[in-house]
Amino acid sequence: MTEKLKLAFYWAASCGGCEVAILDIDEKVLDVVAIADIVFWPVAIDIKYNDVRAMDDKSIDVTFFNGSIRTEENAELARLLRAKSKTLVAFGSCSCYGGVIGLGNLSSKEELLHRAYITSDSTDNPEQIKPQLHYKEVHIPDVLPANYALDQVVDVDYYLPGCPPKDTLVWSAIEAIASGNLPAKGAVLAPNLTVCHDCPREKHDERTIKEFKRVYNFQPDETKCLLEQGLICMGPATRSGCDASCVSVNMPCRGCMGPTDQVFDQGAKMISVLGGLIDSDDPEEVKEIVSTIVDPVGTLYYFGVSKSLIKQSGVKRR
Amino acid sequence: MVVTDEKTIENTDWEPRIVGFLCRWCSYAGADLAGISRLDYPPNSIFIKVPCTGRVDPTFVLKAFADGADAVFISGCHLGDCHYIEGNYKTMRRFEILKETLKQLGIHERRFQLTWISASEAQKLKEFLTSMTSSIKELGPIQLPILAPLQKEDKQDD
Repeated sequence: MTEKLKLAFYWAASCGGCEVAILDIDEKVLDVVAIADIVFWPVAIDIKYNDVRAMDDKSIDVTFFNGSIRTEENAELARLLRAKSKTLVAFGSCSCYGGVIGLGNLSSKEELLHRAYITSDSTDNPEQIKPQLHYKEVHIPDVLPANYALDQVVDVDYYLPGCPPKDTLVWSAIEAIASGNLPAKGAVLAPNLTVCHDCPREKHDERTIKEFKRVYNFQPDETKCLLEQGLICMGPATRSGCDASCVSVNMPCRGCMGPTDQVFDQGAKMISVLGGLIDSDDPEEVKEIVSTIVDPVGTLYYFGVSKSLIKQSGVKRR
Repeated sequence: MVVTDEKTIENTDWEPRIVGFLCRWCSYAGADLAGISRLDYPPNSIFIKVPCTGRVDPTFVLKAFADGADAVFISGCHLGDCHYIEGNYKTMRRFEILKETLKQLGIHERRFQLTWISASEAQKLKEFLTSMTSSIKELGPIQLPILAPLQKEDKQDD
């Protein structure tokens, strides 16, 4: 009998949703435990960082790393787990593309801390106290100057995007790992098609947008394409694999699966799409229609600011 | 809050680098005419010939900025004159969305411009390039609020 696989799970700057996504495979988790030992999983088992440091290099078979790199602790653990693992999988959109917290890269670290501890509406902090890194013998990790995707800090073998990743994708990834039947390094473990490919809604080849709408004050028709109704649905610029979950419940796609293999910049592709849908040939009217897009970056780069062409142009790997 | 680029470097040697996407039917022919008419215009722009401004994917513009362009412009046929009937209308709509997005990403709106120049308007091209170059000189070199590379330092303190 061969030795069991050694798996590790880690959360860096993450909300915890990815941990739940792992449990979304339900009773199949028993099959996982049958073939694999979980050697490190801070949310579920009590193993300290020092225990990981004591492991031999490359002794973990696969590490699923969720969350982006926002603090020194995140970066340190990313490097540590890279050294200890044979295969490192970026798990979830934060780890693959920087995620929703990547929007923090629109402001500097100082601006973010100022907003969080001084000027936010719910803050009552008359003495303007900000967190200190050192107090007596206690040291806490500093916040990094920006938010990074995992592959901007260490080498990544595979990507499993989604916010959180769909249970079917998680399970097929685990199966592929168990059977050793993995694709080439650097592959995204999801289909290379767009969400529109899976979307059941009716589409017409017509320009229809006279005004961009938002979900909070607009009830879209359940059978027609959301884009044609004026909601910004990221479907055309987003990878499938989610079984069109959001559009099936009448919500526009947010783009969490990231772009397909052929695309460099998800937001740029979406701008192309929207340009083809605005129903006006008059430059002044177009300006007016475009002004109804509230927060273009927050909509077009919901999960991808860290990996957008403009923002990552200064990053050199390691 | 959006971090915008600021004029900080007072370096007299610095010259702006501008990338221009010119359509094959109107603006590029206009640039040819400017050449054979011996018109003087600032040499800061690199022209890229495209079949139609409708071919200019927003990715091209972002890539130009990411690779160090101080400004980017797109120039095509006048609205209504497009060789492919509606290519420049598409560009006009994309331009507005892209401009708003770039503003939010920290790129000054004067650094990204759209103009319509026909094959006979060499003089207009000259004036456009002159005014664009001087306005970019005023703004100074682009300073993208980019991600600083993360330093590699393996701290092993326990």
